[in-house]
Amino acid sequence: MIRRTAVLSLAILSVAALDGCRRKVAPAPTPVATTGSNADSLAALRARQRADSIAAAERAAREAAAASDRRSAGEAAAVLAQKVYFDYDRDNLRDDARAILDAKVPILIANPSVTLAITGHTDERGTAEYNLALGQRRAAQVKRYLTSKGIEDARLSTQSMGDSQPAVQGTDESAYQQNRRAEFQPSGAQTLVAPRS
Amino acid sequence: MRSPSLRRLIPVALLTLFAAALRPLAAQDTTSRGVRIGLTYDPGSKPGVAVLPVTGVNGDSVRAIVQRDFDFGDRVNPIVLDATTASEASRATGPNWPLLARLGAAAAVQITPTASGFHLAVYNVATKQTALIRDYATAAAPQSRAWRAALHGIADDLEESFTGVRGIARTRIVFERGKRIWVVDSDGEGAMPVTDVGTPMSPSWGPSGRTIAYSTILPAGISALDVSSGRSRTLVSGGGVFISPVISPDGANVIYAHGVDAGVDLYTIPLSGGAARRLSVGRGSDNVSPSFSPDGRRIVFMSGRAGHPEIYTMDADGTNVDLLTPLDIGENAYRASPDWSPDGRLVAFQSQMAGTFQVLTINLRDRSLRQLTSDGRNEDPSWAPDGRHLTFVSNRSGVRQLWVLDIETGRSRQLTRGAPVRVPAWSPRLPAE
Repeated sequence: MIRRTAVLSLAILSVAALDGCRRKVAPAPTPVATTGSNADSLAALRARQRADSIAAAERAAREAAAASDRRSAGEAAAVLAQKVYFDYDRDNLRDDARAILDAKVPILIANPSVTLAITGHTDERGTAEYNLALGQRRAAQVKRYLTSKGIEDARLSTQSMGDSQPAVQGTDESAYQQNRRAEFQPSGAQTLVAPRS
Repeated sequence: MRSPSLRRLIPVALLTLFAAALRPLAAQDTTSRGVRIGLTYDPGSKPGVAVLPVTGVNGDSVRAIVQRDFDFGDRVNPIVLDATTASEASRATGPNWPLLARLGAAAAVQITPTASGFHLAVYNVATKQTALIRDYATAAAPQSRAWRAALHGIADDLEESFTGVRGIARTRIVFERGKRIWVVDSDGEGAMPVTDVGTPMSPSWGPSGRTIAYSTILPAGISALDVSSGRSRTLVSGGGVFISPVISPDGANVIYAHGVDAGVDLYTIPLSGGAARRLSVGRGSDNVSPSFSPDGRRIVFMSGRAGHPEIYTMDADGTNVDLLTPLDIGENAYRASPDWSPDGRLVAFQSQMAGTFQVLTINLRDRSLRQLTSDGRNEDPSWAPDGRHLTFVSNRSGVRQLWVLDIETGRSRQLTRGAPVRVPAWSPRLPAE
């Protein structure tokens, strides 16, 4: 379904592109004679129909392009928001966390007005006070990694919720793992631009 | 301490008796503390005290509150009289000495509600004499918080006069529940929130009991709550985290943990407002949960500087850091939430043991350890001002609630009920309301 929609929008795009080219070379519309004849009004009707069809194709092309932008903006937002996870009582970045952060870097570079609030979280083990500090250390570690990849310090803020906002309830390792995380809240841009690949 | 004072102090008590009779009522409360009544009871046992029936519609409440304070204080043995003995214990001519002696009472307490408060008479059963008379003024409506606080103050005075150690009935415990700061009286009554819903954490009392400092997660900062007005003011706020404020014993400064991008360190700021100054040098590690020594010269705190949370001490200016907890106790090396005892001898803390947390004390002189809990997960210990009782969070009943432990007898009781709680702090002895 998704693939067919994509093909369809590609087709519309190419038609629109062709139309656009043709329009450039098309002769200026013939002035409609005031005296009026059947042939003249027929020509005028055809010219109007042709103009309408061009306008419709252009509109479709614009909408398709906007949809595509929206889709890539949505994808970019999803990549920016993707959480990273930590080991128990640790703030060091695992390989999976580095991969997730690496994917955010080009999006942040392509959207220089976007800022990112990084929030560190912990599982419920340990004390509430230490967990607030540990969550802050995790957020700071993430920030350090992103700045090492060239993201400006001022665009990245850090905070900690400690263990006060678990992603899932539960007292097993699976729940704990999902709760030991850093979350990301982007702001500053109406729509995100996808990085050019 | 107990027996030599027996005869010597009786004249003092009688003097007080006459002095009290001459003084105006309003000036009586808490002004003449420290009167010791020499009672006759076995050393090593608790003096038996009978609270005689109290007149008036709230009489049963008065008696129940004072008896329970004696019971919870663990220093006085309240002799609870059944209806028959109660009616016989006190006669028009005075106390029924033979009956009280037979019940094992060293003293009997008679509290009488008056137009302006309470009239107190204490009888020494062995000498068959009135040992103390005092009047307590309170304008508080019966059954109100302040009214109960007045009775707790009487119970504390009585404990002091019987044992030489003032009771802890007129104290409160502050804690976090459901994104608000709550307080509860020492007997478990009067639990109520004192802040709006937000993200408050880690409340602690100032030395006068008039201020509660606490941290907030969002927005991150440290606030001070004026207990009587209920108003909070922000002392410091900003990016990163602000954690675990405590007020210095002289009431002048607040020490708290703060960090943004380079670890969490301890800072100090004047309670009256001003510039913050960093105390600890954690070099990127976490340094949280400070607690002052009673003289205000040392601070015990938790630090992850060795790679895992342990308990350290330092001077109040941040120098002379010393690891306090031995590294080989428990497993996984996780020690946290230290609280310095009011007598300065012990630090209570929590340690990971068998996959959960237990409350321990460490002796500052010889570093000997004592495990105080074993049932369920137990954490966040906080000392009562008598240095004998601790409150802490335990899930032994299924829900995280506050419990109180007498470290001398090992007796424990559940303090709070209802929604789960965390981060308790026991108040100092509180003034009359």
